[in-house]
Amino acid sequence: MRLRRSMMFIPGANAGMLSNSYIYKPDSVMFDLEDSVSLTEKDSARFLVFNTLKENLYGDIETVVRINGVETPFWEDDLDMAVRAGVQIVRLPKTETVEEVKELEQRIAKIEKDCGRTIGDTKIMAAIESACGVVNSVAIAKSTPRMVAIALAGFDYLVDMQTSRSSGSEPELFYARAAVLHAARAAKIDAFDVAYGNVNDEEGFLREVEIAKNLGYNGKSLIHPRQIELLHKAYAPAQKDVDHARKVVAAAEDAEKKGLGVISLDGKMIDPPVVHEAQRVLLLAEHS
Amino acid sequence: MKINKRGIAGTLESSDVMVVINPHDSQEIKLIVQSKVEKQFGSSIRKTVKDTLTKCGVLSAVVDVRDQGALDCVIRARVEAAVYRASDEKTVKFGDLS
Repeated sequence: MRLRRSMMFIPGANAGMLSNSYIYKPDSVMFDLEDSVSLTEKDSARFLVFNTLKENLYGDIETVVRINGVETPFWEDDLDMAVRAGVQIVRLPKTETVEEVKELEQRIAKIEKDCGRTIGDTKIMAAIESACGVVNSVAIAKSTPRMVAIALAGFDYLVDMQTSRSSGSEPELFYARAAVLHAARAAKIDAFDVAYGNVNDEEGFLREVEIAKNLGYNGKSLIHPRQIELLHKAYAPAQKDVDHARKVVAAAEDAEKKGLGVISLDGKMIDPPVVHEAQRVLLLAEHS
Repeated sequence: MKINKRGIAGTLESSDVMVVINPHDSQEIKLIVQSKVEKQFGSSIRKTVKDTLTKCGVLSAVVDVRDQGALDCVIRARVEAAVYRASDEKTVKFGDLS
């Protein structure tokens, strides 16, 4: 089980941010080769991200590389670099169809074979950024065993929907948030909510975190380090939930020692999903 | 890899390094390093630059390095980018840089 609460974006062409961002301890770090990198620096960003990954600066933090979209002339070079550097996850932007994922998957397998990585080692995350992507999100989420998460990206999606961000309950994102999350859960993978662009609006950020958390999202894409601690605190479980989770896990371990097929706590039977949720609560508590 | 023209990569921002590579009229590497951490890390920076040039197969070049406290991985990245920009190679072989 791996926590994916915070996925922090780092521009791939920014040497300073690449060198230092591990100190903020996000759960995942996403080195961006797409929107944050100008056309004239696509090549230098690849070299920076390649050497950063090879240096293993980020230790236990999950590494993600956002490549350029499959409609661009850059994505194949991005992918070649990322897989050879040993990145854990490749994030495909603007994913709209299963065919795009399949093309990416085939190309990854070819590079893995060529460079000696275990086939299937490199995972995929699809970013859903359009109405078409949302409508196809279930098929996209289930398209390959490499898919470990899908992420809703709000800016392009809202442009595609001919609307913009409102404040408050954000009705413009309601359907996409629910659809993408259902796709993730149906495929048994993780889901990231949209990034919140106004880094100075702590109240608005936390309001949006609450929406995502209550819906069931694993976490959010983040664009600024200061959002990490706020997010982790918001996802921290209450003490009473931690206490209950400890009892559930202890009961499960006790039943396993005794070879019992049925787990019970305070006279009530506990199902395996309850044990799994208790383990997740303890993991969240440990990392909060 | 043959250096055919000027290649520049990097910036003068903190934690970065700017690398300028030019063709050289003799078969040697002429290396100029300016760094705000010259006293502590000057020799280490020179070694990283030379090792990276060797890995890229560069035997002749004038290399001007302006360091702003970059990590080794950043120095390698900027040298590699400058070398490729200064050569006629269109495709980067990341497998050879591993």
